[in-house]
Amino acid sequence: MGELASVIFTAEFLGNSLRFATPLILAAMGGVVNERTGVLNLGIDGMMLIGAFAAFAGSYFTGNPWMGVLIAVISCMLLGLLHAFTTITLVMNQVVVAVAINTFSMGLASSLLRTLFGTSTNALRSPGFSEIGWPQALKDLPFFGPVFFQQTIFVYIAILSVPVIWWVFYKTTWGLKIRAVGEYPKAAETMGVNVAKVRYLALLFAGAMGGLSGAALSITGLNTFIDNMTAGRGFIAFACIIFGRFHPLGAGLGALMFGLAQGLQLRIQTVGIPVAYQIPIMFPYILTLVLLVVMGSGAVPAAWGVPYYPDEE
Amino acid sequence: MGDNNKKSLGFASRIQWGSIITPIIGILLGLLVGAIFIWSQGVNPFVAYYYLLEGSILSWASLSGSLVKTVPLALTGLAVLFSYKSEIFNVGAEGQLYLGAIGATIIGINFPGLPMVLHIGLAIAFAGILGAAFAFIPGYLKAYKGINEIVVTMLMNYVALYFLSMIVQGPLKEPDSFFPRSLPMVPSATLPKMFGSHLHVGVLLVIALAVFLAWFFKRTTTGFKMVAAGYNPNALHYAGVNVKYLLTKVMVVSGFIAGTAGAIEIMGVHGRLIENFSVGIGYDAIAVALLANLNPIGTLLSAFFFGALKTGANSMQISTGIPVSFVYMVQAMVILFVVASNEMPRIIKIINKRRLVKKNG
Repeated sequence: MGELASVIFTAEFLGNSLRFATPLILAAMGGVVNERTGVLNLGIDGMMLIGAFAAFAGSYFTGNPWMGVLIAVISCMLLGLLHAFTTITLVMNQVVVAVAINTFSMGLASSLLRTLFGTSTNALRSPGFSEIGWPQALKDLPFFGPVFFQQTIFVYIAILSVPVIWWVFYKTTWGLKIRAVGEYPKAAETMGVNVAKVRYLALLFAGAMGGLSGAALSITGLNTFIDNMTAGRGFIAFACIIFGRFHPLGAGLGALMFGLAQGLQLRIQTVGIPVAYQIPIMFPYILTLVLLVVMGSGAVPAAWGVPYYPDEE
Repeated sequence: MGDNNKKSLGFASRIQWGSIITPIIGILLGLLVGAIFIWSQGVNPFVAYYYLLEGSILSWASLSGSLVKTVPLALTGLAVLFSYKSEIFNVGAEGQLYLGAIGATIIGINFPGLPMVLHIGLAIAFAGILGAAFAFIPGYLKAYKGINEIVVTMLMNYVALYFLSMIVQGPLKEPDSFFPRSLPMVPSATLPKMFGSHLHVGVLLVIALAVFLAWFFKRTTTGFKMVAAGYNPNALHYAGVNVKYLLTKVMVVSGFIAGTAGAIEIMGVHGRLIENFSVGIGYDAIAVALLANLNPIGTLLSAFFFGALKTGANSMQISTGIPVSFVYMVQAMVILFVVASNEMPRIIKIINKRRLVKKNG
């Protein structure tokens, strides 16, 4: 058993897992903000997908990966705006809107890929991000080198975003507003908080983070875009939030766990361990379910998924 | 109706003509948005849509192809509709469909020599039971523990997805095959084809189910209770109905229907279990049920619309170069427009109210 562990739990494995967790952390940190304002956003996957495509296309056409990131963030904020307008201003059903956003994103990204880049099967490469140029001494550190110092900037942004969101949530007035709006919008409104505005901003922020997350998928490493590239990672990010009981630290931990599961799956396949590689990927979902059942949904914001009508009695 | 305000889903009961007009307007607006995309690609939208029509309904070959695609969409659409009538959002039709496909395969590759009717019936029943068992979990958790069914079904879809992948690469894998797929079904478990085309008898089953459900919701007490359970669970509770038990049952039946959809797709189209046979049918089903305004007969029509759109898009791509995936944009727009127009009366009321509030300070 110990021998098995030493084959699996290598520095390379942990470094990879952190890399897998990065888009999840980014998307989950955006998601946790909008979920806490009471908006049930299942459209994260669509946002990530558009983010991945926009980052790739933007980087390809401008020749600058930073422009790609910018374009991804703006595109995803537009999607967030669409989500906000339809669910907050038009008070449409939040699940239905998310279904539409995910479907639309899949169609748009895939169609644009073909019309902008032709139907050639050769994967096109765009400029992308490479590892940060840490001093060689840091990179060569045993264990810590491959895990922490051979990563792209997105990994650090992701890791940093967790305490920042936590700090905003629990140490600032903004955080108080966000939590109040998600728990008891009527009371928040009475206290002078503009519920619609907070929710709009939260969805725009979730969009921006979805854009970053998509960029982390498409332009760090492979530097290309393929159809349905997110492969449901947006829903995994959603699961991370549920797993983390709507707490930024919990959601970050959840993302790390899903990242480890993905790393494990890859490791099992490459090392050839006689275990179905699907088992480690299934595990975090099952654990999330079990946690939901055992701990109940007490952490769910009270106004989650409930549309708010400002002037109803 | 103070209660009405809290419901964003309460568009089940609307006047009859509206439920026909709004989907048509939604479809037209969706196609208009699609036309703009086509036009932006330098293709004449009329020409593109002609090819779409030609490839989906203008010949028997294309029409039967559209109908084959319609069957699983309609069945899962009915499954989603069934639970949504009670305001339970079964986003798990996709996973239940996988379980059904696995169940049907287990029966379908074994027991050669059974009479066809019995074999097919058994396979469908077992598929339905697995789908129902899978749906029982979110149903029970929703009704008795108050855990959001959307979250649970969403998570379970992934469990089902990887479970299917594991089964098809493991225990059910065809020995010596390079591809991860099961053995082919024995002939007595494959659905007979009709009219010399790929159209299988599953289409008759779907029509029968839709007609039955239309009757069920209109004419039976249980059907009425289900709709009432979604509309006002408290009132129903005081009327002496065990709402929790009812809601669990609703979810189980919904899962059963989704499970049979998996069986019929495997037995009618693929003939064996393969990975990725569904390509999101269970998610498209949500759009199908919504476009139909939760009307069972309408579900047949809206499933046909989506099925035809997908089939026709193939020929449109060949003739005009507009990618097939463009239909997803049309589909999304149709959902948004239909739901928005269904909600229009309420939205206008809200906006007017907001104006009044602003005026009066």
